Amino acid sequence: MKPKVIALVDCNNFYVSCERVFNAQLHNRPVIVLSNNDGCVVARSNESKKLGIKMGQPLFQCQDIIEQHHVQVFSSNYSLYADMSSRVMKVLASFSPTIESYSIDEAFLDLTDLAIDDLTEFGKTIKARVMQLTGIPVSVGIAPTKCLAKVATEVVKTDSLFGGVLDLTQLAEDKLDQMLAKVAIEDVWGIGRKYSLFLGNYGITTAKHLKDADQKWIRRYLTVVGERIVLELRGISCIPLETERPPKKGIMCSKTFGKDITTLDELTEAVATYTARAAEKLRQQDSLAASLTVFIRTNTFNPNLPQYSNSFTCTIPYPTAFTPELIRAALTGLKAMYKDGYRYKKAGVYLSQITPLDAVQPDLFGDFSLAQHVQQARLMALIDAVNRVYGRDTLVLAVQGTTRAWAMQRLRLSQQFTSRWEEILTV
Amino acid sequence: MRKRDQAYRSIPMVASLLHAGFPSPADDYRETALDLNSLVIQHPEATFYVRVTGDSMHDAGIRAGDILVVDRAITPADKTIIVALINGEFTVKRLSLQNDQLALLPANPRYRPLLITEEMEFQVWGVVTYCIHQLR
Repeated sequence: MKPKVIALVDCNNFYVSCERVFNAQLHNRPVIVLSNNDGCVVARSNESKKLGIKMGQPLFQCQDIIEQHHVQVFSSNYSLYADMSSRVMKVLASFSPTIESYSIDEAFLDLTDLAIDDLTEFGKTIKARVMQLTGIPVSVGIAPTKCLAKVATEVVKTDSLFGGVLDLTQLAEDKLDQMLAKVAIEDVWGIGRKYSLFLGNYGITTAKHLKDADQKWIRRYLTVVGERIVLELRGISCIPLETERPPKKGIMCSKTFGKDITTLDELTEAVATYTARAAEKLRQQDSLAASLTVFIRTNTFNPNLPQYSNSFTCTIPYPTAFTPELIRAALTGLKAMYKDGYRYKKAGVYLSQITPLDAVQPDLFGDFSLAQHVQQARLMALIDAVNRVYGRDTLVLAVQGTTRAWAMQRLRLSQQFTSRWEEILTV
Repeated sequence: MRKRDQAYRSIPMVASLLHAGFPSPADDYRETALDLNSLVIQHPEATFYVRVTGDSMHDAGIRAGDILVVDRAITPADKTIIVALINGEFTVKRLSLQNDQLALLPANPRYRPLLITEEMEFQVWGVVTYCIHQLR
């Protein structure tokens, strides 16, 4: 079997790069993007990395650096990032028929059957094309396996010498080994922090160590997943591209509140809103759910306050994607476990026992007729369509509330440049 | 997204079978209605919209408040109207490539052409393909 050729295309500092496409003032300046509720740093420009701002660092900890170096700070503009991501993925899809969108800012491309002579040149073409069409800078790593392609992009990003593209398929074994010896074990794709600590105890601290590890030993302690990673580091492809994402088995919508909630009314609004959002995701993948779990908790980071957390699971008699039905279940659960006198910080809703829409047999003679099912689906399709065209939350159920004092804090949000007419770029 | 739309639209179709009415004679001739997107958007992944401020492109038919369709996939040529980045600011102008000299030309006698020099930070952001001008 001929060796595979896999490219990993990874967007550089993706969230920051999205902001930069629409704000020319941000070029060559330190920029960071914050997580939900503006809590901690989730994306950094290279300039911010050089200033010592760490990934995941709480905002208050880097306040001094921010003021001193005029770091530009943004809240997460997820609708913008999602739109830019889908544009990048569409451009990448024009380079290979086999593509796996691995995350919002990364995709694997199978180039095996394309018979490309100069892979580095091909990588540069991808990079230039994505840049021209979307304005997003990317790094490209090319290798015989996904795991090595991941290594290649990591190397490319830390060493500007490569010009953003690195092809490992032509690299001599000893050169590759030298490179792997410099990759820390926790940076190897698929090795989490837990496993890297475990492996560290046995002297396996680099990708090279793992590559040379005894396969049986690895299989025994790291299971078949670990064994695959070892093989992939040796250039044997055994993790195939997932070109079609299987529908989710569970759908979660949970958020930390912008401020603590102390009343059942406000908690009701939040839980109803999260349920509506989860139901929308459920319909997006053409599925129905038969189980709903709702949970609430206080601020566990503040040990001085009384703590309470609980969850409640409701079984829905027939699978549904009808928002009012799901909200009814969620609120039943909420009322059952709500206790007065606590400051709630987070709530969430989890839909499970998910079945595809076309696998459901409506109970023709029962309480729930096909006509009723059709009517509900029509209503939901209409609400989804209105919200898609006129913006999220144009049509909501009254119970979701209108004030939403608990909503996510995004004080430094940029404009919805690609999804709201009122907010497009001005020139 | 399209798949979902179809899935949900297909549900009422099942219901209409139950009614067993007469088929419409027009059913076989149905075509997709005209979509403005298919006219003005050539490269969806590279197309962005921007709103115009100022009157520097007035004589090219681009007025304040108009919405421009900007396609980043097109490589600009001489006399192409572009959205450019100049020293950290966005601007819409006509690109001039005459005599090996880059310049940005306004379409209004009250403004002067801007010659692009080495020390300027200059970048073409995209090519303007359509201008949407509201008449009422």
